[in-house]
Amino acid sequence: MTASFLDASVSLALTLLAVAIAAAFGRLLRGPSIADRVIALDVIAATIVASAVLYALRTGLAVFVDVALAIALVSFVGTVALAHAIESGGDRE
Amino acid sequence: MTGILASVLVVLGASLVLVASVGVLRLPDLYTRMHASTKPATLGVGLIVAALAIYSGELGIAVRALLILLFFLLTAPVAAHRLGHAAYWAGVARWSGTVRDDLSREREANRR
Repeated sequence: MTASFLDASVSLALTLLAVAIAAAFGRLLRGPSIADRVIALDVIAATIVASAVLYALRTGLAVFVDVALAIALVSFVGTVALAHAIESGGDRE
Repeated sequence: MTGILASVLVVLGASLVLVASVGVLRLPDLYTRMHASTKPATLGVGLIVAALAIYSGELGIAVRALLILLFFLLTAPVAAHRLGHAAYWAGVARWSGTVRDDLSREREANRR
């Protein structure tokens, strides 16, 4: 009974995360500045990390934990690099 | 027991991530959006990762899960600070309802 309860909550959580990605994607489309889009990408990356961890929880495959860690790493480096680009190049609308 | 605890943590964490992205979509300017994106998203991912660490029962998975949490706690403030600093000095507009800007004088001096 407990396992199916967990399965149902993981499904609910994945649905919530899908809505979260859609909302962040709205901000990615709307902008208006580059920094807003970077923030939206950051939130999308965090959501994908959460989804990968949930998938590891559901399937029991430990590989997805490494996937989550790698995505978190790439997202951090990407955010810092884009912040540097905004700083040196100016924020064009 | 661990199953129920993990379920509660998973749903709470996903709700927090949803709150973060709705905040990013709805709040009025970059700086308030950044406020929404960093804290609830980090806590939400942290709760989901904690659920995995509790439920898996394997040391290897739990350690890697906690590593993700530690990494998020370390990098989220750094990334947000870099981005906020870059955006402020690049001149991203503030919300008209902003009541306090401690850097406004330096910004004006910088402009001249």
